[in-house]
Amino acid sequence: MDIIIIGLLLGGTYSLIAMGLNLQYGVARIMNLANGEMLVAGGFTAFWFYTAGNISPLLTIFIVAPLAFAINWLIYRIMLEPLVRRAKNRGQLEVDSILATFGMSFIAVGLMLAFFGGDYFNYSFLAVPVTLMGETYAQNRVVAFLAAVVICAILYAWITFSRPGLSLRALSVSPESARLVGINVRQRAAIAFALGGAITAVGGALISSFLTLDASAGVAFTLKALIIVIMGGVGDVRGTIIAALLLGVVETLVASLIDPGLTLAAAYALFILVLLFRPQGLFGRKPT
Amino acid sequence: MSLTGKEIQGVILAAIALLVVGALPYYGSDYLLSLGITIAMFTVLATSWALFSGPTHYISLATAAFFGLGTYTTGLGFESLPFWSLVLMAGALGAVLAALVGLATLRLSGVYFVIFTLGLAELIRQLITWGQNMTGQKGLYVLTDFTEGNLYMMLVALASAVFLVGWLIGRSRLGFALRIIGDDETVAAHSGINTAQAKVLLFMVSGAVAAMTGAILAPRYVYIEPALAFTPLLSFQVVIMALLGGVHRLWGPIVGVIPFTLILETISANFPNQVTLFIGIVFLIIVYFIPRGFAGLIEQARSWSQSESMA
Amino acid sequence: MKMNRRTALKLGAASTAALAAPSIVVASDMVKIGAVAPKTGPLAGGATVTQWPNIALWANQVNAKGGLMVDGGQKMVEVIEYDDQTNPGETIKAVQRLATQDNADFIVAPYGTGLNIAAAPLFDRYNYPHLAVSAITDQIEDLSSQFGGMFFLLGSTTAFVQGVVDVLQGMQAEGSLTGNKVAMVNVADAFGIELATAARPLFEAAGFEIVYDTSYPLGTQDLSPVMKAAKAAEPNAFVAWSYPPDTFGLTEQAIIEDLQVEAYYTAVATCFPAFGGRFGAAANGILGAGGVNPDSDKFKAYAAAHMEVTGNAPDGWASATTYASLQVLEQSIAAVGMDREAVVEHVKASTFDTVLGDMNFNANNANERFWTVGQWQNGVYQGVAETGREGAKPVMVKQGWA
Repeated sequence: MDIIIIGLLLGGTYSLIAMGLNLQYGVARIMNLANGEMLVAGGFTAFWFYTAGNISPLLTIFIVAPLAFAINWLIYRIMLEPLVRRAKNRGQLEVDSILATFGMSFIAVGLMLAFFGGDYFNYSFLAVPVTLMGETYAQNRVVAFLAAVVICAILYAWITFSRPGLSLRALSVSPESARLVGINVRQRAAIAFALGGAITAVGGALISSFLTLDASAGVAFTLKALIIVIMGGVGDVRGTIIAALLLGVVETLVASLIDPGLTLAAAYALFILVLLFRPQGLFGRKPT
Repeated sequence: MSLTGKEIQGVILAAIALLVVGALPYYGSDYLLSLGITIAMFTVLATSWALFSGPTHYISLATAAFFGLGTYTTGLGFESLPFWSLVLMAGALGAVLAALVGLATLRLSGVYFVIFTLGLAELIRQLITWGQNMTGQKGLYVLTDFTEGNLYMMLVALASAVFLVGWLIGRSRLGFALRIIGDDETVAAHSGINTAQAKVLLFMVSGAVAAMTGAILAPRYVYIEPALAFTPLLSFQVVIMALLGGVHRLWGPIVGVIPFTLILETISANFPNQVTLFIGIVFLIIVYFIPRGFAGLIEQARSWSQSESMA
Repeated sequence: MKMNRRTALKLGAASTAALAAPSIVVASDMVKIGAVAPKTGPLAGGATVTQWPNIALWANQVNAKGGLMVDGGQKMVEVIEYDDQTNPGETIKAVQRLATQDNADFIVAPYGTGLNIAAAPLFDRYNYPHLAVSAITDQIEDLSSQFGGMFFLLGSTTAFVQGVVDVLQGMQAEGSLTGNKVAMVNVADAFGIELATAARPLFEAAGFEIVYDTSYPLGTQDLSPVMKAAKAAEPNAFVAWSYPPDTFGLTEQAIIEDLQVEAYYTAVATCFPAFGGRFGAAANGILGAGGVNPDSDKFKAYAAAHMEVTGNAPDGWASATTYASLQVLEQSIAAVGMDREAVVEHVKASTFDTVLGDMNFNANNANERFWTVGQWQNGVYQGVAETGREGAKPVMVKQGWA
């Protein structure tokens, strides 16, 4: 039981990491390898506000979210749209976006190094135990988990029930038909990308309350996010959440019952198994 | 087999180039030689990568996995086995791993294959680390008497072999099959080509070569640990260099490797505090402005000048 | 909730410093000092605390004095820096470039065991004295016999583990450690594996029972299963052969799980000023790798200068040793001039006056007098165990996390 709860807490963290990428890849069709850097940047911002002004990361996210939204919107409009326009097919866009965003991740690391230096950074926020059912857990992790639940719930409801959300979903299913029913594809894709970036940065701000980060730490998060998004099925919010929780539980099970040295190996093994048996992901649609 | 006049000309040119390049340790400075090793290493990796990815359009990010496998083969065996046998063994292991991965995943398409290959290097790295921890094995010290010149010559020899293999594949039934697969996989399947087999074979070549490169370079690094041997950056560098050059010609990657290495060298020599930043900018410039690679540019220029002269 | 204003100020200072790109003045009457270390990649975080500030500090101080003493005159120092991106291939290229293109007179040893060893053949070929600091290994004898100019300042793996074992035994002897159960974890990385492997027999020989023994991968995001299992084993002492991110992560989990032990040890980065800043009072009594004597006049002067020039406090371990390695170089140049082979011979044969006290090297080119264990005591990181350094403080028992 204990293990399951720790696993779910970790899974909540993972869903924060992966949710943004899912929007960016599933809807805007950009496989964003600079996703982890956006997360670290969000963490940096939270750290900055906390240490300089003693502002809680839970408040900082309201600054981080619009800022990241604006930055990512610009990135999409200026940098990525030319690639979308140029691409003859989806495959080419994938290759181009992987390479372009990989380059951007380098630029992001370079900029963060220049502004913040290469030091590790972390701070102490809610690093106190809470007791749930007789077991102790870190309060900051529980808070991040609850925030993840709230964010995922809002996002899911918005995508499922609201009109703009619906158009995003239509876009993720078929950009061509979306255009036919009068959806401004380019604008919606930009919004999806920006929203994805904002969620990622918020995730970073929350995660920074319990993880030690540095300017070069982003790539590890990108990899985790990729694994989760692919496992859950591209473009499927529900799938991402379940894949994230599954990954968290599996990693914790392996760490507690087998050997902590195998947690990452287990994560990749799980990923490979899912790919082999359900290449479209747990909840993905079969490619036509 | 018979060669056409143009091919004989090509062979002679290649032989001269090989002589000039191969003799670098005898006339170049040590610094030039260390640059030469980097160029030779990426030439081998990028050319063998393009052998597979050029015709199939599969972007493999598994280079680091094969490379690391090779360095570990040398690291574990250099005290008990002759070096040349380790290089061959690394090649065999690389081919086996590639075959396994290929059989399992080459039916996946596009991005799944990309992410899978990226995860592969990470998985192997984690398993090796864990194995080391279980056995109490530390980082491996590969203390040998090889000079930079020796290693360079070995890489040049490997590069020549890769070019030869690539050339032979281009002339063979396999090469023909691959070109059809690249154009349209459905057509290829209908015309009786075993597409899966062709792809796996090529992936094995590419994996074997990357593993051999790792095996050759292990003595240069002296100290081998998983984080260094399996660095994911290597996979990306190979991809970008190959794309910069152009993957549709055998000689394409090399015209990408040389300028890219020199640019990187200039950047790290002149902007030590902004290396990552500048690498990123160079990356973007390549993706946005030279999407078809230098080979594409050269051919464009050539066809343009030909049409000029005809007019 | 605690806030850390100093770190924020430091961030500001670092960003302005980084934006003002260093301009390199080329002049023939300058001594060119090459430096290769990570500014990016996995080891950048550590190098930014330990390596780069000390190179900057030393160059700044030497030039403020009017330059290095060379053959009776003075020459200003010029530092040529390269980022190896924590990649041995880049380290090799950069050292090669320093040696043959920049014609560096001397090269500061790289950062990290792997990168130091990758560079060793080149240092050897061009006869550069290789004063390795951040490279802890048990292969000192092999390496120094293969590379005659390679020196080891920070100590060997076994000596480090022995230091920890001795501290725990000492606590047992005086009754502050009331049992012999040790929970041991290590980061599954060459460094952690090497230390854990060396530790198992040493703990057993000293009569300790290892009740929990496991590893976790570098970059593990959730260490709570590790800490929960360690706690469940009910150890008297907890020892982690850890790296910076997990040193922080484990300690945070220990506080949350309220791990009740009489001795708590984490390895690298425990001595970082950020660690004390992060955990405040909870850090009190935590043992860590390496140490210094913060009360010695030399260290005080060094720490003050470090603060003034770089805007940060030095760490409690390798910072001062890195600085000492440059002092050894400086004093050797003053004694025998710019001839690199003569400098190597001088380093082997002489005793140097450094910020750590007197320093000399044994037949295997190893410095035998170093700090092995330190401890946070009332907000200061104090050395508590050494192999021949003065000023070790008595070890205190870890009393809770408040």
